[in-house]
Amino acid sequence: MCRLSAITSGRYFSPLENILALETMKEGHDGSGLGLVLKDLGGMFKDMKGYPILSGICSDKGLEIMDQYMKARGFEELLFWEPDIHAVPGSDIQRRDHYFAKVYNYPAEMRELPMPEKEDLLMNTRLALRSIGERDESIFVFSFYPDVITLKEVGDPLQLAEFFGLDKGKLTAKIILAQGRQNTNYAIYLYACHPFFIQGYCTMTNGENTAFVPIREFISSRGFPGYTGYNSDSEVFTHILHYCHRQLKYPLSYYKDVITPLKNSEIEKRPDSRALGLIKNSLRPLCIDGPNCVIGFTPDGTVFMAQDSKKLRPGVVGGAPGKFALMSEECGLDKAVPVRDKAADFSPMKYDMVIVTPDARELKQWNQLNV
Amino acid sequence: MEPAERLDQNHEFSLREFPYIIRWREDRCTRCGRCTAVCPVNAIEPSVFAQRLVQSEGSTPLPSTVRKIMHGIRQVTDMERYCTGCGSCSLVCPTVAIEPEYNPRHKFLFYKNKGGVPYTRGGRRNDPSPSTVDQMKFTRISMLTDPALDAGRHEFHIRTLLGRILPPEKLPLEVKDGLLAVREDIGFIPPVREIYPIRIGSMSVGALSPHMWEGLAMGVAYLNEVEGLPVVMCTGEGGIPPRLLTSRFAKYFILQIASGYFGWDEIIHAIPRMVEDPAAIEIKYGQGAKPGDGGLLMAYKVLKLIAKIRGVPEYVDLASPPTHQTQYSIEEAVAKMIQSMSMAWGFRVPVYPKISGTKTARAVLNNLARNPYAAALCIDGEDGGTGAAYNVSMDKMGHPIASNIRDCYLDLVKQGKQNELPLIAAGGMGKTGSLAANAAAMIMLGASAVDIGKYIMQSAAQCFGDEYNRCNLCNTGRCPRGITTQDPKLYRRLDPDKVAERVVDVFKSADMELKKIFAPMGRSTQLPIGMSDGLGVADKEIAERLKISYVC
Repeated sequence: MCRLSAITSGRYFSPLENILALETMKEGHDGSGLGLVLKDLGGMFKDMKGYPILSGICSDKGLEIMDQYMKARGFEELLFWEPDIHAVPGSDIQRRDHYFAKVYNYPAEMRELPMPEKEDLLMNTRLALRSIGERDESIFVFSFYPDVITLKEVGDPLQLAEFFGLDKGKLTAKIILAQGRQNTNYAIYLYACHPFFIQGYCTMTNGENTAFVPIREFISSRGFPGYTGYNSDSEVFTHILHYCHRQLKYPLSYYKDVITPLKNSEIEKRPDSRALGLIKNSLRPLCIDGPNCVIGFTPDGTVFMAQDSKKLRPGVVGGAPGKFALMSEECGLDKAVPVRDKAADFSPMKYDMVIVTPDARELKQWNQLNV
Repeated sequence: MEPAERLDQNHEFSLREFPYIIRWREDRCTRCGRCTAVCPVNAIEPSVFAQRLVQSEGSTPLPSTVRKIMHGIRQVTDMERYCTGCGSCSLVCPTVAIEPEYNPRHKFLFYKNKGGVPYTRGGRRNDPSPSTVDQMKFTRISMLTDPALDAGRHEFHIRTLLGRILPPEKLPLEVKDGLLAVREDIGFIPPVREIYPIRIGSMSVGALSPHMWEGLAMGVAYLNEVEGLPVVMCTGEGGIPPRLLTSRFAKYFILQIASGYFGWDEIIHAIPRMVEDPAAIEIKYGQGAKPGDGGLLMAYKVLKLIAKIRGVPEYVDLASPPTHQTQYSIEEAVAKMIQSMSMAWGFRVPVYPKISGTKTARAVLNNLARNPYAAALCIDGEDGGTGAAYNVSMDKMGHPIASNIRDCYLDLVKQGKQNELPLIAAGGMGKTGSLAANAAAMIMLGASAVDIGKYIMQSAAQCFGDEYNRCNLCNTGRCPRGITTQDPKLYRRLDPDKVAERVVDVFKSADMELKKIFAPMGRSTQLPIGMSDGLGVADKEIAERLKISYVC
């Protein structure tokens, strides 16, 4: 089973906190990989929030191709960050040529475009780089978006933390999602590693998505170029979030109503019953059956957790204003936020969704039946 | 030279030409005559035989031969009175002395065209081989990585939608106080019904006997009102009993309009008195069992009740033309008619066409996809049944349903409209008895629902028909089970209450079997429409054609 570790805070913190929390939950994962997405970055990225960051992995040849491509498209490189790689004795981490985060300025003619158009430019650029480098695995790009960095690699999360030098505290952020165990149901492949990201939306999931094929067919037929990939059945959770929130402009709580629709008798009791009935029918193929625990964030820095409605996977949320953790297990929560009112810890069940507002100001428990 | 036929019977048939040969046991027969009385085709008749017997009487063996005149049963060798194998004789025989036996080497089709009239019959395509859908296996079993659901404990929602579903991008929604609300300036929101994904397909009052139709209708009403299963039933062409139409039960029925428009004058005039809208309107353009062919209700079936419901005189042949004569192009045939029918009920009732399985189904589909009033597309495959058709139409015409539905579904996926226009699969569902498995397989290939016809006749009324041309007398009005006859002497054999009970049994058991299929596959909340990764088949070519897994 996967283990999830998300922390949202009003202050910058190191991803090591997530990884140490993952370590406490190690009985539940096999240490087969680590995926990290950092949002609202500190350190050297703190003053570059308006500029998009391309993050991924590439070979020497891939780096050359990528640089040429970006230059030809008018992207101006402002910063090239690579983690200080440390060999970890006894580990079987296979070092690749470059793990990178490159900060760019937009092409001159694009700088004044509204944000949605910039987002499309960034996504299409990421997809183009992916298609260039996917066949020979010379380039893997995970995200290209302002103020977001993604790091992924196969191996034990704690060893990877040492490998990437995360313990040095140079890389910090206010929201960090981490996942241990990477899609080991199948051959491990970097594009199948959680968390998944698209245009400011990010999710990671514990569980297997039995409704994957109809969802993939529906979402990828929406005519949006970013709905592609699907090396993991969990990638659709990110795209459903993006589709509902960004494309259809539904408030975030409707994400839960889409993936786990209420029964008609329950819908009748909701004040928005008419609209809810319509979206239940129109988004019928996006209904999941679990078992899935989904943790994610939206572009404004809201972090959430939701479960499927029948099978559920472990998930608990706790903390205090200023710092909340969304974890697979209570021990992870204890590690991430040791000082808190434990009685207030909350495990969302079939109707619940937990929403932590930006800067970890407030934790809201939202219930589908009590709207 | 004079032919010798009178001497050697050379122009007569031997019994070996016939599809069924009667096995009669002289030693058991009591000569009660029930078999000859019940035979719907007079294939057997009382006869007199001369018999040579060897007998011995007395305390010591002293064999002697005697010649005796004996009465018994003889199968006639008249091709017009061929034994259909229905087995009514066996059913009534008190001493198990008679039964028809299938003759696999018969040459029936060589001869059954006397007077230049091709063989016509009712029933199904005579093809006993398993259909494609019968070869499907459900191979994605949830286990450790994804715990299976429990069919007995978890809540399942086995329902489907009938009606045009708006794409999410076109829903007239806005956000008000953090909640989604339907905009005041809304346009047309098409009607959508939530129904059970197995429906009783179109069989008319007229084609079916009053007892059969009543039994089905009672079963459907019971399923809805007592069991909570929203099963719907299509009337077929020929209207609906007037009292039912204006009752609260009308909502469980899909009214079919076909090329003869029989019964529609009565329906249209009754609309102001209807208290419930019908479940839907089905416009029949074709039928899987006899594609491109019209319908015919023989004059002898047009009794008083039928004539009243259909709005026609008694005892006249009622022919429905192969096509809708008032329609010219697909735009007219589909768009105008859908709109007209929608308008009749104030756009509150889903209206959809039914076509026979065909290579051109995708062309129809794409027209419907562009028509915002089209509520679904029902495709009736070659394994569908009928009350009357030419044998050649039934046996040789038509398109298998599996690839037809799959192609249409994948076409919709390409356009992103797979959730907008439900596909209904008909023809051969439950052909070999596996109704739930066939329905689940079709759903996973992309159908939203399936229709049954022959299956419910078999399971609810013990129809004799099978894929070896057994019985198949539906067109003659002499149905020995009383299912497809208007002769009171025959249909009184059928108890409508028992039919209704069996309809309920069938749907309740299919519901449990569907849960038993969906639970181990981890699905329960929505119907797994298009979940093709759950299917496998041990035939590479089928797997490739349907884009599912090949398993062996």
